[in-house]
Amino acid sequence: MAQIWNRFRAVILGVLGVAAVVVTWDLYKALGPEEGVLVGDTRVLPRTTDLAMPHSWEMLQRFGDPVTGLPGAPDAFDAVFDASMFSLGLAARGWVIGVVVGLVLALVMSRLRIVESALLPWVILSQTVPLIAIAPLVRRWGSEITIFGHVWSSEDSVAVIAAYLAFFPVAVGALRGLKSPDATHLDLMRAYGVGWWRSLVTLRLPSSVPYLLPALRLAAASAVIGAVVAEVSIGLKGGLGRMVIDYAVAASGDPAKPWAPIFGAVAIGLVSAGAIGLLGLVLRPFRLTGASNG
Amino acid sequence: MADPAISVTGVDRIFGKSRKQVVALKDVDLTVAAGEFVSLIGPSGCGKSTLLRLVADLDTPTTGDIRVFGKVARQARLDQDYGIAFQQAGLLPWRTVAGNIELPLKLHGADAAVRKNRVAELIELVGLTDFAKSHPDQLSGGMQQRVAIARALAESPKLLLMDEPFGALDEITRERMQNELVKICAETGAAVLFVTHSIPEAVFLSDRVVVMSPRPGRITGIVDVRADGLAGAHDRTERARDEEGFFHAVAEVRSLLHGTPETATAARGVDNR
Repeated sequence: MAQIWNRFRAVILGVLGVAAVVVTWDLYKALGPEEGVLVGDTRVLPRTTDLAMPHSWEMLQRFGDPVTGLPGAPDAFDAVFDASMFSLGLAARGWVIGVVVGLVLALVMSRLRIVESALLPWVILSQTVPLIAIAPLVRRWGSEITIFGHVWSSEDSVAVIAAYLAFFPVAVGALRGLKSPDATHLDLMRAYGVGWWRSLVTLRLPSSVPYLLPALRLAAASAVIGAVVAEVSIGLKGGLGRMVIDYAVAASGDPAKPWAPIFGAVAIGLVSAGAIGLLGLVLRPFRLTGASNG
Repeated sequence: MADPAISVTGVDRIFGKSRKQVVALKDVDLTVAAGEFVSLIGPSGCGKSTLLRLVADLDTPTTGDIRVFGKVARQARLDQDYGIAFQQAGLLPWRTVAGNIELPLKLHGADAAVRKNRVAELIELVGLTDFAKSHPDQLSGGMQQRVAIARALAESPKLLLMDEPFGALDEITRERMQNELVKICAETGAAVLFVTHSIPEAVFLSDRVVVMSPRPGRITGIVDVRADGLAGAHDRTERARDEEGFFHAVAEVRSLLHGTPETATAARGVDNR
C-alpha cells in the first residue's frame, strides 16, 4: 500500500515539476517587462516578446502544423519523431560501442595496475578534446576504412563519436566498481583458491553494479548529446542535430518552430534514461552491494 | 603419528624494504595438534593476524616454513584444508543466507543435491533455519557472524582459522557466540586457530593460549588452560567461566601480556609506552 502511494506521489511530483516550469515560463512572459530585466547593460532575464519566448501552448500546437508552407510537407510532429528515432538509433549504437569499450578498458585496468597507470590519464584526457575537433577527423579516417565489405558511412562516424563520449563514464565507473570489494571478500576468494575469472564473476562484477548503473545512465545521456552534436559537426542529415540548425533559421518568422527538435532531444534523452531504469530493475538484487555492514 | 594441524617453524615476516621495514613476526614456532583449539592473543601490532594470514596462505613468510596437515600452506589452501572467518562477516550482500553458506561448495563444484543437504545441515547447526532466505542486511551482527561460521564449516574442514570473529559484537552476543562455538567445535572435532584480544574469550575457548608481544611480533609464552584444571576445549560448558581454574588461567595470560610481575612494577612510571 505504502509502495503504491510512493509511486503515485512520484508521478504527481513529476507532473507538478513540469507544470511549474510551464507556469513560470508563461507567467514571466505575461508579467515580465518587454525588454527583459537588465542589470546595468547586462540582460539577466530574457525579452518577453513572442519572438524570444513563444507561448508554451504555441510550441505544442506547432507540432500539429506542417513543417513548411510547401504543399505536401509533413506535420512537424512526424518530422521531429522521425528525426528523433534516427538520432536515438545512432545514440543507441554509440552507447553499445561505448559500454563495450568502457567495460573492456575497466577490466584490463582493474586486472593490471600498470595498465591502469598507463591508460587512465589518457582516458581522462580524451574527454578534454572538444567534440567538434574530432568529428571531422573521425569522418576522414573512417572514410578510408572498409570492414568486411561494409563501407564506412557518416552514420558510423556519428555512432563512434557518441561512443567517444559514452565510454568515459563507463570506464571510470566500472573501474571503481571492480575495485570496490572489501579486503575481506578478496581474502575469501583467495582462500577459496578461485582464479581471477571466477572471482570476477562471483564477486567483482556483482559488486560493481551500484557503480555501473549511474555510469550507464550517464553514458546514455552522453551518447544522445554526442549523437546530436556529431550530426551537426559532420553534417549528417536526417537526425535532430541538423534539424536544430535548419529550424533555427525559421526562428524570426516562426518562433515556436526551433523548439520542436529541442523537445525531440529531451524526449529521446528521457527514453534512454528510462531504458537504463529498466536495466536497473533487472539488476536490482545486486544493488544491495555496499549497503550491508557485514 | 598423524601430522599436526599446523606447524610453524622459524617464521619471520618483514614488511617493506630497507629503512622503512617493519618486522611483523620474528622467529615464530608453533604447533597446533589435530582437534586442538589454540588462541593467539596480544596487543595490536603483535602480528597475531599476520600469523593467521600466513597459515591461511593469504600472505607468505619472509623466511621459515609453514605446514598445514603436513602440506605447504599454499597446497593446503588450494586443497581447501581449512575454513576461515574474519572479524567482518564478509557475506556477499546480494546472496541470501543459504546462498552465502553454499558459496564455497558451489565454487568448488559440489553438485546441487549435495549442496542443498549440507546447507540445510549447517543452517540448523547455527540456528538460522528461519532465515535461510533472508539477505545479510536483514540480520544482526551476531547472526551475520554465525552465517560466516557456517560458511567456514561448509566443506567440513579439519582446521578453522578465525580472525577476531566476535570482535565487533557486543559482550552479551559475544558470550553466547562463544558457547555456540565450543559446541560446534565439539561436534566437528576441528582444530581451531583463533585470534582475539580478549583474555577471557581466549581462555574460555582454548586448550592453549599463545601470548604474543609486538615490535617485533613474537611469542612470549603459552598458557595451557587444561593444566589449570579446566576441561578440554571440546568438553567445556559455560560454567567454566566461573571455575577457579578459569580465573587462574586469565591471571596467567594477563601477567604474560604485561610482562612478569617484577619487571611490570619496576617499569611502572618509567616506561609509559
